[in-house]
Amino acid sequence: MFAKSIRKDHYGYYFIAPFFILFAIFGLYPILYSLYISFTNFDGITTPDFVGIGNYVAVLQDPLFYKTLFNTLFIWGVSVVPQLTVSLVLAFILNDKLLKGRDIFRAVYFFPNIVTAASLGLLVSLIFDWQSGGLNHFLVQVGLIDNPINWKNDPWFMRLIVSSILFFQYFGYSMVIYLAGLQGIDPALQEAAQMDGAKKKHIFIHIIVPMLRPIILFQMITSIIGGIQIFDQPFTLTNGTGGPDRAAMTSIMYLYNVAFQSTRFGYGAAIAFCLFIIIILLSVVSFMMTKRKSRA
Amino acid sequence: MQTVKPIEQRNAAIQQYASVKRLTMGKVIIYLFLISLAVICIIPFYLMLIYSTHNNATIASTFTFLPGPFLVDNYTNMASKINIWRGFANSFFIAGTSTVLSLYIGSLTGYGFAKFKFKGRTGLFLFLLATMMVPGQLALIGMYRLFSTLGLLDSYAAIILPAAANAFNVFFIKQFMESSIPDEIIESARVDSAGEFRTFNQIVLPILGPAISALGIFTFIGSWNNFLTPLVLFFSLDKYPLPVLVALVQGYYGMDYGLLYLGVAISILPIIIVFAVFSKQIIGSVALGAVKG
Repeated sequence: MFAKSIRKDHYGYYFIAPFFILFAIFGLYPILYSLYISFTNFDGITTPDFVGIGNYVAVLQDPLFYKTLFNTLFIWGVSVVPQLTVSLVLAFILNDKLLKGRDIFRAVYFFPNIVTAASLGLLVSLIFDWQSGGLNHFLVQVGLIDNPINWKNDPWFMRLIVSSILFFQYFGYSMVIYLAGLQGIDPALQEAAQMDGAKKKHIFIHIIVPMLRPIILFQMITSIIGGIQIFDQPFTLTNGTGGPDRAAMTSIMYLYNVAFQSTRFGYGAAIAFCLFIIIILLSVVSFMMTKRKSRA
Repeated sequence: MQTVKPIEQRNAAIQQYASVKRLTMGKVIIYLFLISLAVICIIPFYLMLIYSTHNNATIASTFTFLPGPFLVDNYTNMASKINIWRGFANSFFIAGTSTVLSLYIGSLTGYGFAKFKFKGRTGLFLFLLATMMVPGQLALIGMYRLFSTLGLLDSYAAIILPAAANAFNVFFIKQFMESSIPDEIIESARVDSAGEFRTFNQIVLPILGPAISALGIFTFIGSWNNFLTPLVLFFSLDKYPLPVLVALVQGYYGMDYGLLYLGVAISILPIIIVFAVFSKQIIGSVALGAVKG
């Protein structure tokens, strides 16, 4: 029987072949082609001219690239810190079997995560509209403000509002992942600590957080990858303009504008690879940070 | 000593019982916190539904949280300007075919990795995992060029074919297969001289049913919500999937608020329905995928 199963092992190649063929054509090839284009001045019509690292030099000297990078990192940073902490606390609370309505809370918090991000951006845009938005009418009606506020005219507010949308969409998702991690922690550990008179707060800080460290790292790295790619929400929120003074224009929005609106494909591809390098650097940094903490 | 201990234990038990039943200050705060967060999660969608039943005049002048009489007016207004059901059908077609394709190919691949010990298996699998770390935007420009060369820009194939090779699905199915499909079943099918692909299609695939359906819902929603790729690869209004169509409407009819709210509502409603029915499976597959990873 052993010999028989060895003889069949080459069938594995047939089973995995369709995936790798599709991936090679529609995943790998486009990435490598993007890399090639990033060294050319391809405009989509004429044949690409090789310009060496010219595009990369230009990207590194482009103030707008830095601005959109700042916007992206600011929007991501402001949303990710509360997202990862609030969701951790929520997971701890909802892991308590005695709490009523656990499943309902879990579902309600998770729900915004699967809502179409683009539609959500548009919806928030409508609610925050200066003249017709529900928020201004509400605030005027309850007497908190006298005149409608032009929310969408304030650069900092626009960045914060994108952060809030991201928080809104992702805290439930992180919570579910933390909850899954909590299921893997032996409940006897918590019970023993409780018997020894440990308060919930201390159990949380000294048992739960250290034991969830791998999950926290996983969340940080996936949120970096996702964070740099923010596009749908700010795009529809600002109707593609990036908002006042391009305050909510993220790097991918800039990439989209450069490549597909101005048809500077070479420059756009260089932006894409610069962003990829930044993602790798940030992932390594966060990996080392969690490593160091666990040694201390 | 021996008599004291049971009493102590009983006291502890009583105390614990009391703390469970009593509504302490801490508990009230926790519930208030949980409930207010839940309200925040629901309000935007509630307002969306409410506002889609009002006309411009109401929306522009007052705050209201009660439904109005203009749902039908908004709908006829919208239907006269854009073909939202065409967008709906596009989304359904794209999400449906890419889900089925990526699940079938994902199962084939997961099976290959889980049940065959061929040379280079570990290396190829690590490569597959590594591709999950690469952001999709890297491929976007090359993809645009590739599909323009193939003459497939503005065609459904441009979205469906790349989506068919979904590394996460492979990973998820492989994990599930390793734990829930015993080698003996495959062995016995071989003894009965069933072909390898027949074994896969008739024996392995049916066992995968529950895992695949959970993953399928998730893949479907992911595809439904896809925005940037169709925005780049499609040009004609009648090809756009629903979310892109609705976002573009903002540019054309930005002042028609009832219409916009209704458009957003129609693009989100299928997701609400799917979630209402399958929330357990969706949340479960997210949790499983993350922890195993």
